[in-house]
This record gives sequence, C-alpha cells and structure tokens, in this order.
Amino acid sequence: MPGPVLIVGGGQAGVQLCMALRREKYQGAISLYCEEPEYPYHRPPLSKSYVTGATDDDKLPMRPESFYEKNAIDVYLNAPVTSVDIHRSEASVGGTAVGYSSLVLATGARPRRLDWQNDAPAGVFSLRDLSDARQIRAGLQNCKSLVVIGAGFIGLELAAAACAAGVQVTVFEMADRVMGRAVAPTISTFFEATHRAAGVDIRLGASVSGLEHSDGQVSGVQCADGTTLAADMVVVGIGVTPNVELAEQAGISCDNGILVDEHCRTEASSVFACGDCAAHRNRFAGGRSVRLESIQNATDQARTIAASIAGEPKPYTAVPWFWSDQGSHKLQMAGLAFDADSYIERGDREGGRFSIFHYRGDKLLAVDSVNESRDHMVARKLIEAAISPGQDQAGDPGFDLKSLI
Amino acid sequence: MPKITFVEADGTEIVVEARSGISLMENAIANNVDGIEAECGGSCMCATCHCYLADDQAGLSVMQDDEDEMLGFVASERKPGSRLSCQITVTDDMDGMQVHLPAEQN
Repeated sequence: MPGPVLIVGGGQAGVQLCMALRREKYQGAISLYCEEPEYPYHRPPLSKSYVTGATDDDKLPMRPESFYEKNAIDVYLNAPVTSVDIHRSEASVGGTAVGYSSLVLATGARPRRLDWQNDAPAGVFSLRDLSDARQIRAGLQNCKSLVVIGAGFIGLELAAAACAAGVQVTVFEMADRVMGRAVAPTISTFFEATHRAAGVDIRLGASVSGLEHSDGQVSGVQCADGTTLAADMVVVGIGVTPNVELAEQAGISCDNGILVDEHCRTEASSVFACGDCAAHRNRFAGGRSVRLESIQNATDQARTIAASIAGEPKPYTAVPWFWSDQGSHKLQMAGLAFDADSYIERGDREGGRFSIFHYRGDKLLAVDSVNESRDHMVARKLIEAAISPGQDQAGDPGFDLKSLI
Repeated sequence: MPKITFVEADGTEIVVEARSGISLMENAIANNVDGIEAECGGSCMCATCHCYLADDQAGLSVMQDDEDEMLGFVASERKPGSRLSCQITVTDDMDGMQVHLPAEQN
C-alpha cells in the first residue's frame, strides 16, 4: 500500500494535487490541511466579479464537498500545520503529530504590507483570501472613493471592477507605468489609457505616505507630494511574500521561495513544494530560479508532483502563462520575457486587439496579448516547441502563425 | 431542473438534475463529472472544459470569438459540436441534452 500524502495548503496547487494523484490512480491516503475555514475556492474572481457582487459565494468552491468524499481525500479546515520534522517524517497540526510518506508544501503567499498598515484604521485592506474579499465587497457597497495602492494585476482588476460599480477610484503607482514588472511598455500604455477612459484616476510615480482617519475609520490618504486625498476605503496591492516559514523551520533551503528541483522536490527527498511558495529553475527563464504566481504554475507543478509520488516522475517543463481580466479587456501572457532585447507588435492597437512578441535575438521568448486569445494560444504552442517566427512574420497580421506549428 | 447526461470518453454515463442559470461546466463540477477539468474556473482561459454537443442542440448561446479561438487549441480533436462548457448557460430547454466528453483535456 502506498504511503500517506500530506498536503499543506488548500489553494489551487493543493486541490490540483489531490485531483492529479487520484487521476494517476494513487491508492494511498491523502490529507489536505487548509488554514482557512472554507473548503478550497477559486481565487481569480476575488479581485474582479466577486467584489462587486456579480459572482456569488456558491460559484467559488473549486470542487463540491462530495468530491473529496468520493475521492477519499481527508480535508481539514482551520488546520494550520505548525511544524515539520523531516527526520521523523511527521508534521504537527494543533499539537498532534501526523506521519507522512510524502509531504507537499503548497503554502502559497501572503500580501506584502506597508509599514503603516499595522495600526491602520478600519477600511484598509489587502486582498488575498475570501475573508479579505468579503470585507472589501461589503465595504464597496457604501464606498464613494477608493484608493488602490499598486498598479499590478490585482490592483488594476479591483480598480476596474469598483469603477464599473460607480465608485470613484484612484490608483497610486510608484513606478512610471502600470504592471511594469510584467508586461511590455506598449501594453502598460494601453491599459493606463483604458482605465483612465473608464474614469479611474491613475497616478504614476506617486505614493501614499500615511492615512487620515476619523472615528477609527479611514477618511483619506496622505500623498508623498504633501497633498491629501479623501478616501473611505484603501486597498493595498503591492505584491506578495512566499510562505516559506514552515520549510525554513524544517531546515529546508529557501531563497525567495522554497527551493525545488525539476520534479518540484525540495532538498528533503520526501518533501515537495508547488505553486506561489516554490522557487524553481525555469527553462523559459534562461534556467534562473523563479517563483511564478499563477494558476498555470500551481496546476502544472501539482501534476509534476503527483507523477513523482505515483512513481512515474517527469520534469516540470510547462510553458508559463498568465491572465488578467481588467474591465472588459482580457490580457494574456505566454512565456517569460526576462531576457528579451526587442519586441514586435502585431494586430490592431487602436481597435484594442493586439499582441507584443518579445524576442532575444531571433528567439521568441514571450507574447503579451490584449483581447487576442488566438495569438496567446498560438504563442503557448510556439514557445513550447521552441519555434520562433521571423519578426516580419510576427508583425504581419496576415501571416498565419499557426501554420508554423 | 433539466436532466442532462454527461457521457465520459469511456462511455460511462452520468445523469444529473442540472441547475438552470449556471454554466454547463459548473453543473459538471457540482456533480463530480471527472471529464471536465476547468482549471481556470470558468474564465475562458484554459480550454480544459471541452465538450461535444449535438449541432442542433436547443437553447445554446452563440459562440463568441474568444471561445472559438480557444477551441482551436483543445487537447482532443475539435469537432463541429465542440464547445467550452464554461461558456454555456444551462436553460430549461436543455432537458434531455447529451454532453459527450473528450478523452483528454490538457
């Protein structure tokens, strides 16, 4: 009988691992330990349709409770794992030692916080889990003016949703463009214009240095330029920190994430890590160690681990892809553009449907697509197969890129 | 409550009392139909909720460009009745519908 698998974390990676193990016909016991009081749920809607009430709670569960029962997966809610002893192959949950033959750390990440968030008045939020989203959703019902700090995916998704619901939204971004770490400047410019046209006040090169409040409730923000701005809600979206404490406590090496090999195995042979918390050498990033925060990465790394545990290991080689829905616009990214030295535009930017193809020399590294699912899907195939269209082909919308596959 | 039959690639039939007003994908997941993965949760991003419907199926919404484009890259063969189940809202007209599922979703 194969041994018990203990999974720490009920996010996308943890649930996908349960599914993949059973799909691989793994017969051993599977336990899923979740910190939150909820059965695992979809996170992507939390920064979009959920906060405005367009998506209800009953749409959020990733699988019905009967799924876990049917597949003999023991789910523990409100059950943080507090320590791991890799020599005894035991984890501690609420003071009880639980043995495992394979341990999977799918501990996720938590929002980075600003110094002044620690003693902030009511009305100041980060957005990561359902509890945050519920508070933001409730707050938005009576919110006239929202300040969003950080113009990354989460911040802009939330800004678009709140603006569409009639809230006055101001976004502060320290950098000189939106989503600066993730997309080409042309894409940043497009989304900046789009959000502004919808009525969002985007302030670039701007930051918030403190809060104004009355009666324990936030009433505005102090801007770094000395001005103040009224606000009855503030949401901070400035990125995340990987949850590596459990791995560190267990003596497993971490460096901006839990370090794993191509099978998502940590340096402890019975311990794996996947999803937002795991740092791996990615072949699409020139072999550098990266931590990818995406559904794709969580899903495919979980599958990689399931294959190893089920006895048929295969390395993690999936093409990274990401998406962000902002208002009515769909941004999709394939590949990793870290090493790009040039880019080519394809499509109709004026009409709001275009893609940016990132190259290093003649090699296609990544493609960012706006409202162009076809380019995105072709890009995933091209990058996976290491096929690089000529830059003249990429730039010519009349050329059928699919013909190269 | 329309009755919908999901037919897995191996021929297994799962008959469900479907809920109108939510997607076909959500109905499949709620009833533990294994042949639908729906990695992205219904955002029309992953093409892992592919299904085959009859061409003349009543009550179907018109396919949008997004769905059409994603269907060009499904893991199993695209056929004339191919749809992404996350893009189909179940209606009472669909009582008796058969939904065939492909062998591979990714």
